[in-house]
Amino acid sequence: MSSKLSKIEKRTAYTLLLPAVCLVFAIILFPIFANIWISFKEVGLKDIRIPEPRAKKIVKNIQDSNSELKIIYKLRNSSLIQDIREVRFSDKLPKNIYPVNLDKRCEFKSQKVKCFFGDWEAGYRENFEIFVKNVNNNTINIKVVKSSKPNLNGKSNNILLTTDFTLKNFKNVFINNNFFELLMTTFYFTFFGTLGAILLGIFAAQLVNQKFYGRTFMRSILLFPYVGPVVALAYTWTLLLDPNSGTINSLLVNYGIIEKPINLLGQKYLTINIIGFELKLRLALTTVIFFEIWRYFPLAFLFILARLQAIPRDLYEAADVDGAGPFRKFFYITLPQITAILSILFMIRFIWNFNKFEDIFLLTGGASGTLTLPISVYQQGFAVSNIGMGSAVSIVIVLLLITFMIIYFRLIGKKVNEI
Amino acid sequence: MKFKSLIITLLASSIFLAVIICIWKIMATLQGLSFTSLNFNLNLLLSLGLVTTCVFIGKKFNHNLKIFILSLLFTILYTFLNENSPVWFSVGIFLLILFFSNKLKKYDLKYLNQDFISEKIVFEFLSLFAIVFFALVILFPFYIMFVTSFKTQTALLINPIDLSIDFSKNIFEVFKSYFVIFKTYDFGRYILTSSYVSVGTVLITLLFAIPAAYAVARLNFFGKTFLSTSILIIYMFPAIVLVIPLYTVFSQLGLRNSVEGLLIVYTATTLPVAIYMLQGYFKSIPREIEEAGLIDGQNWFGIIIKIIIPLSLPAIASVSLYVFMIAWNEFLFSLMFLDNPKTFTLSRAINHLTGDAETPRQYLMAGSVVVTLPILLIFIYFEKYLVSGLTAGSVKG
Repeated sequence: MSSKLSKIEKRTAYTLLLPAVCLVFAIILFPIFANIWISFKEVGLKDIRIPEPRAKKIVKNIQDSNSELKIIYKLRNSSLIQDIREVRFSDKLPKNIYPVNLDKRCEFKSQKVKCFFGDWEAGYRENFEIFVKNVNNNTINIKVVKSSKPNLNGKSNNILLTTDFTLKNFKNVFINNNFFELLMTTFYFTFFGTLGAILLGIFAAQLVNQKFYGRTFMRSILLFPYVGPVVALAYTWTLLLDPNSGTINSLLVNYGIIEKPINLLGQKYLTINIIGFELKLRLALTTVIFFEIWRYFPLAFLFILARLQAIPRDLYEAADVDGAGPFRKFFYITLPQITAILSILFMIRFIWNFNKFEDIFLLTGGASGTLTLPISVYQQGFAVSNIGMGSAVSIVIVLLLITFMIIYFRLIGKKVNEI
Repeated sequence: MKFKSLIITLLASSIFLAVIICIWKIMATLQGLSFTSLNFNLNLLLSLGLVTTCVFIGKKFNHNLKIFILSLLFTILYTFLNENSPVWFSVGIFLLILFFSNKLKKYDLKYLNQDFISEKIVFEFLSLFAIVFFALVILFPFYIMFVTSFKTQTALLINPIDLSIDFSKNIFEVFKSYFVIFKTYDFGRYILTSSYVSVGTVLITLLFAIPAAYAVARLNFFGKTFLSTSILIIYMFPAIVLVIPLYTVFSQLGLRNSVEGLLIVYTATTLPVAIYMLQGYFKSIPREIEEAGLIDGQNWFGIIIKIIIPLSLPAIASVSLYVFMIAWNEFLFSLMFLDNPKTFTLSRAINHLTGDAETPRQYLMAGSVVVTLPILLIFIYFEKYLVSGLTAGSVKG
């Protein structure tokens, strides 16, 4: 009895899970594996359209005869780079109409013209003509003849499904494209973005954890940057930082703080003189990192605040009795209590910042030294139109990601379920 | 001891006041006043004087009368020593100082005599600084976005820092950008598409996630632990690594440029987190309630519909709002999949606007307001639910 019940239970479980699992498999897992396949191929953006045989039908009258018609099919291979094999053609003729002097490649059977055209090379074109005649020499209604549409099919190599592989993409990724610089930029962006967001998050959480007038209001607006759509926020910041008539530059110039507007998003390096030392700051990258911090510190804030509110009050009361000031309380009570959540946060945010695409893409598009790995996927795949290269970069991202995840689960272990 | 804390109070509070006055001045500049110097040092000296008198008078005087007279004196002095400014600016200064000297209420010589007081004072003013800082840093871009959308191209070119709204014009002129983006740029359609996609994603996600989450939370089956850990791991994979294969497959299947294609992708990417969040909540529902349902002759379907869903409405609300937010704000997939202006979502449409360098910035900002406002309103209204959704789902973001 109980085994029967558990069988039913199992069956129910699988039925309940099936739709979700299928969908996730098709849209998330399949592409990850497909990336591996594509990354070993030489595929451009233009190659992914499957070549099709196409025909345009034109019906013409023949002089002095109402019972005869000329049908012209403008045949072509839709692709300019790939062949189509074994092209077959069929078109239906209305009742009582039959073709005259039919082409050798064709036959007429049960009111259908069927042809076998063989192979079409890339960019193939032909004007294929049929003359048709009414059996009883009656007038043919052109509209009826026009109404049927020709049916064509052929075999073509889907370049994605062939089995020729190449290592060229990976060679390109690692050797020709300044891979080390790409990686370093990604790491700068990720590391400082994460660190900054967490530091700002600690400040904000510490602030909101106190009692003051307007605290709930503060709590809600602190989440605005994260809740707002990235497109709107990124463009607002581009506008604010614009060197020509951006608000911030104009204000700074107006108050004489800087002499010339600074192109915060378009300038790769800023040279700073500190006591004789020349420091080169990656200006655009720094700006992008600040945007990143601005947008994602609310998440850190949310987590840290939740943890802060769970710290027992009596710890602070005991500290009060001992005469500890607020800074001491922070460093000796608060900080040790939140280190666990900070490390988890750091790992998670690190992984996520590592994959950030939209923010950088919308602010700089990867120009002026802000090219990171995810932007590179887009650039290779869609700007350079090399799908294979894009996939190869994706594979690099996935591999690094898996490494991070292994480290993460090793270090954090089961703590992930506690958040 | 007393001397040290006195100095710290004076410095911290006067720096704070001077900074606040500077911020007020900058805000006033954005309203079209032509100040060209912040006069920070002068402000600092004035503030120092104000704080000193305030502390030394202490409680020897009626508090309200004291702060009123001091603020008035300070404002007059300030207006006298600085550039000419309109009345509303001085009124603003007056209110700021009133607020500030009210904050100084408890600071008198006696208070400063306490032990460990200097650290407390620094901390207090740091907090005040932090409030101003965070409010400014967060709200400023939103403010600029909103205000710019009411300006005209020529006005912005002539004076980019004058962002005042000219209410003397008629209402059509003031809201012109909004009329233009709805008429010329067809934003009405994009709002509909975006809403359709977002609501559709929420509904389909719930339809798929509720049964799956129930199975993970309650039923025993082979591969359960594997499944529940892989949900989290799958969730960690970013959209950017899915984009190229999905693009190629969708191109070949003809699903690009279709809202349905977008719906499928959004649903699949939000499913793992929805299942993860829901199963956590389902586990907290007492098993006995379901057993009672079983005894009443309900099957699994009946239990989910009649017991689980009504009991977990708060969690479902969180998931829905979170998924709605993700779908509404999503950009990468809509950029990849939509080329035809007829199928654009709002985010994609705004991105399309910037593709043309000639597009005036007030239209761009009006579009940004249109896409931002609904999600912010939803957030403010349903804050409780959305925050718990964010906390649970923000392993990603």
